[in-house]
Amino acid sequence: MNAAASPASAQRVAGNALLSIRNVEKQFAGRPVLCGISLDVASGEFLTILGESGSGKTTLLRLIAGFEQLDGGEIWMAGERLDQTPAYRRQVNTVFQSYAIFPHLSVFDNVAYGLRAKAVPRGEIPTRVTQALAMVKMSEFAQSAPSRLSGGQQQRVALARALVNRPRVLLLDEPLSALDANLRRQMQIELKSLQREVGITFIFVTHDQEEAMALSDRIALLRAGRLEQVAEPREIYGHPATAYAAQFIGQTNLLRAEVRDGIATAGPISWPANGPSGAATFSLRPESIRLSSASHAVDAAGVTAHFHGRIQNQTFGGAMDLLEIDCGNSHLVRARISSPGPLAGPQDFEFSASDAVRVRDGGG
Amino acid sequence: MYSRVYKTAVTIPPLAWVTIFLLIPYAILFCYSFWSVSSLQVIVHNWNLQNYTQLFRNPLYLTVLLRSIRIAGAVTLLALLLGYPLAYYLSFHAAKRKDLLYQLVIIPLWASYLVRGYAWKTILGSDGVLNGFLQYLHITHRPVEFFLYSPFAVILTLTHIYTPFTFLPIYASLEHVPRNLVEASHDLGTPPFSTFLRVILPLSLPGILAGATFAFVLTLGDFLAPLLVGGSSGIMISNIVVSLFGAAYNWPLGAAISLCMLLLVVALLSATERLEKRFTIS
Repeated sequence: MNAAASPASAQRVAGNALLSIRNVEKQFAGRPVLCGISLDVASGEFLTILGESGSGKTTLLRLIAGFEQLDGGEIWMAGERLDQTPAYRRQVNTVFQSYAIFPHLSVFDNVAYGLRAKAVPRGEIPTRVTQALAMVKMSEFAQSAPSRLSGGQQQRVALARALVNRPRVLLLDEPLSALDANLRRQMQIELKSLQREVGITFIFVTHDQEEAMALSDRIALLRAGRLEQVAEPREIYGHPATAYAAQFIGQTNLLRAEVRDGIATAGPISWPANGPSGAATFSLRPESIRLSSASHAVDAAGVTAHFHGRIQNQTFGGAMDLLEIDCGNSHLVRARISSPGPLAGPQDFEFSASDAVRVRDGGG
Repeated sequence: MYSRVYKTAVTIPPLAWVTIFLLIPYAILFCYSFWSVSSLQVIVHNWNLQNYTQLFRNPLYLTVLLRSIRIAGAVTLLALLLGYPLAYYLSFHAAKRKDLLYQLVIIPLWASYLVRGYAWKTILGSDGVLNGFLQYLHITHRPVEFFLYSPFAVILTLTHIYTPFTFLPIYASLEHVPRNLVEASHDLGTPPFSTFLRVILPLSLPGILAGATFAFVLTLGDFLAPLLVGGSSGIMISNIVVSLFGAAYNWPLGAAISLCMLLLVVALLSATERLEKRFTIS
């Protein structure tokens, strides 16, 4: 997103975290859902918890909101134990996946709901509600009944209802998943600029990796109740820590290679690689592969790897074509190449050795 | 598309049923209410408003009608006070015990109304279980007579009988309250009891209205409980109608009272139905 902000955000986390999740455990009927989750969230950060359904991402959010109780570990916010505070006293607000708009209250009363529960002066409430509705462009619907709103409009009301309370942390549980693709993209942009505008920490849960990359300062990738990797989107894409992270975020080629004397070999492909010898898994993004003219196993300079393969399939994708390359011995590699026109038969390809990233392969 | 024959075939039986067993009897009742009984105890077809004027002039009928409304109101209130907390507990907090408790509420509905009426008679009577118990504990020394044959006994019996009818619609409406609304309310800083008042109670209003209507209308038209446990001070309007159609042999007056009751109940039902619609949120 913004590379300039990344060291700063990393520093904020290392320093004084607003929200600190420490060794959190959660079980449902004896089945572990979250195991040893530790995560610090900085003030003003947009953190995305990314994972497949069943990975425990919503449970983690519900623990922060206070709808579920921890089975182990602690959650701290600004130096206080959050997990021992009842949900209604936490300075945290939630945008629910299904919006959870009160059907018996008007849009205005929905947004005012949280302010009326708190010690907000009566005279201040209309002003703040009006501001919040203006912020999400819903001013004209203030007196409407929620049943008359579309999904996207209810989404905005839910957002205003949460933000009007000026929470320290806003939790968003797949808030865009019920919207159609166009509205979804539009809301992503609005959400991001809204977050910059209000400066509130957002913890955003999604299963959509593109959404996560577009919005987040950092992504926490959750897999079967464990944190797989926590990093900035560029970092997690460019340097995935695990094979799972590499595959889940974007497309990749997983090369199961044998490393010996600084050379990694995966079937017919070999390239210079650092690190210990032995079996290793590498992630090579399809867009790292280019067409080349000269054919050598390893470049003299030791930075570019070349290989030879037969194009098995070419899918036209507008700006970029997806190629399926058969390198022999049933080694199939996918490449995304700037539309070269129709290709056929054997071709030579190359990639920078540094683009083949060594990843942990945790099975699965 | 269904054929005309099919549509006719499914419409005619219920229509015929309603016509033969409801509309025609009501029409007959309507006619009777404008006729009168001669000194020779014969019903004569001279159309007049005598029955209706008598109904509003004779204080007996109004007294009994008002008492019936009071008893029905009391039963409704008690049934709500008993049924709502029970329904709330079952729907929101019973967890694993939910099914068992639900069955326990429903099972008495299968017991005959008469059996339950007689049961209260044996409990409340001067030689009854309650008096025996009080004397055993030396709280009283003589049987207390006012337990049985009083409006109190009628209210108690009918509350016992009609509380499940009040419970059921309330329970159904509470089950329909989306749980994430409760979470959203807590999330917005509202503690549990305020959440109940501001979210759960308003959303269960249709169930409260339906349950209250059941208890009120069923009690208002009840004549067996007053007969069994009401005594002379517990007589209700239906007992008068029964006697007018029976021993007193004044069908025209009985018909007039019945029609007034019918109008009252229909007005009540349409009013609550309109209210329910207003409070029901899709």
